[in-house]
Amino acid sequence: MKSVYMDHASATPVRKQVIEAMLPYFDRHFGNPSTVYDMGSNVKGVLEEQRAKVAGLIGARTEEIIFTSSGAEANNLAIKGIALARQKKGKHIIISAIEHHSVINSARFLERMDFEVTFLPVDKYGLVAAERLSKAITPETILVSIMHANNEIGTIQPISELSAICREKGVVFHTDAVASVGNIPVDVSELNVDLLSLSGAPLGAPKGVGALYFRDNLRLMPLIHGGIQENGRRGGTENVPGIVGIGVASKLAKNEFPEKVNHLQKVRDLLFSRISKQIEHLKFTGHPEMRLPGHASFCIEAIEGEALIFMLTREGVYANTGSACASKVLKTSPVLMAIGIPSDLAQGSIVFTLNSCNRIDEVDYALEKLCFAVEKLRSLSPLWRKQATT
Amino acid sequence: MKFVKNHPSDATVDLVCRTCPLHLLEPGEKLKCLKTGQILEVLTDYDGALEDIPSWCKKYGQKFIGVEEDDGCYKLYIKKIE
Repeated sequence: MKSVYMDHASATPVRKQVIEAMLPYFDRHFGNPSTVYDMGSNVKGVLEEQRAKVAGLIGARTEEIIFTSSGAEANNLAIKGIALARQKKGKHIIISAIEHHSVINSARFLERMDFEVTFLPVDKYGLVAAERLSKAITPETILVSIMHANNEIGTIQPISELSAICREKGVVFHTDAVASVGNIPVDVSELNVDLLSLSGAPLGAPKGVGALYFRDNLRLMPLIHGGIQENGRRGGTENVPGIVGIGVASKLAKNEFPEKVNHLQKVRDLLFSRISKQIEHLKFTGHPEMRLPGHASFCIEAIEGEALIFMLTREGVYANTGSACASKVLKTSPVLMAIGIPSDLAQGSIVFTLNSCNRIDEVDYALEKLCFAVEKLRSLSPLWRKQATT
Repeated sequence: MKFVKNHPSDATVDLVCRTCPLHLLEPGEKLKCLKTGQILEVLTDYDGALEDIPSWCKKYGQKFIGVEEDDGCYKLYIKKIE
């Protein structure tokens, strides 16, 4: 059976060059980077080379990168690390209503430690209004965290506009860029952020490795207390093969712009235009222009997203209903609720996330199966029959 | 332990929130960039530094000037001897 994979926001294959680069660090170069003899110090040198590659992808300095186990850990370290290090200055944090669970739950954890958290609403496209952010900042505010791009609806926030407000008011600004790094060019100076989280997996590195950019002079309370690893900011012997993976993947990703963006846009736009012609009664979600190039998201009326995914999977088409982390709980997506999608329509959410390997002909196949599944499910839907007769 | 107040310095290394034994590694690196006679200020929130840094100075031939407590952090001053 033909297989068309369009759920790259959930997982993407590890690239061949990345696997080849990683392999020697499982056996031949297995030394601990913290040891003083050559087997370890050589590996330490390799780690620093990878740090430079990750820094190069986002326009940072090498010493501004901390390796983590994931994007979620990077988000936790940014939110809790800054809050705990700066709590004498104030205990108010601002995040948007559509953040990833790793940001929202870190903020909720801090609420239990007497921090106050403001959840900023977004507009129908998922955008945070600069004016609203400005009004929410108080003298107690120590941190603002607004994601760069949303993984469920694809919207890209005007981060430099939002971060400028925080810079002016002396508030630390963090952005979760897990969904954007590797898909669009990202530069920490242009975005003017103090901290930025990224993950290796979307870049074609293995799961289990990520990184946090932090502006050099920031104090950050470690989450994992240990030794001298990551300059005393994150304990634990480094995941050397994983770090080699994210380093090599970062270098590859940097060299692929702007061709990758152009390709993703072309395939995505074709998917969008054909879907809008062939399936009636659906609503595209996210911003029409300010969105990730390989991201197509919409809600189909009178459809249950999980059933749709199940039917597509049987035909070899892989997509998602929303965030991979939240799609199993059968709860209305907080992101879709935040942008004002009614809960019945939100049930029909479907998200296609593309990568360079997706081809034009795959769009035709995915669409054929999607149309068939929608027609089939609607024929079984009392809601749809009722809608058709009124 | 000698206490000082508002002591001048030529450079600062900020180790607040950084885990042990960074307080024994980074000052040495920073001192390499200073000239003889210049003063390094070490900021830390690690209590153990109050004992460790004077001992480190003695061992490596640097002069420990003193410490100031400031808002839950310590400022330790080291004069570069050579």
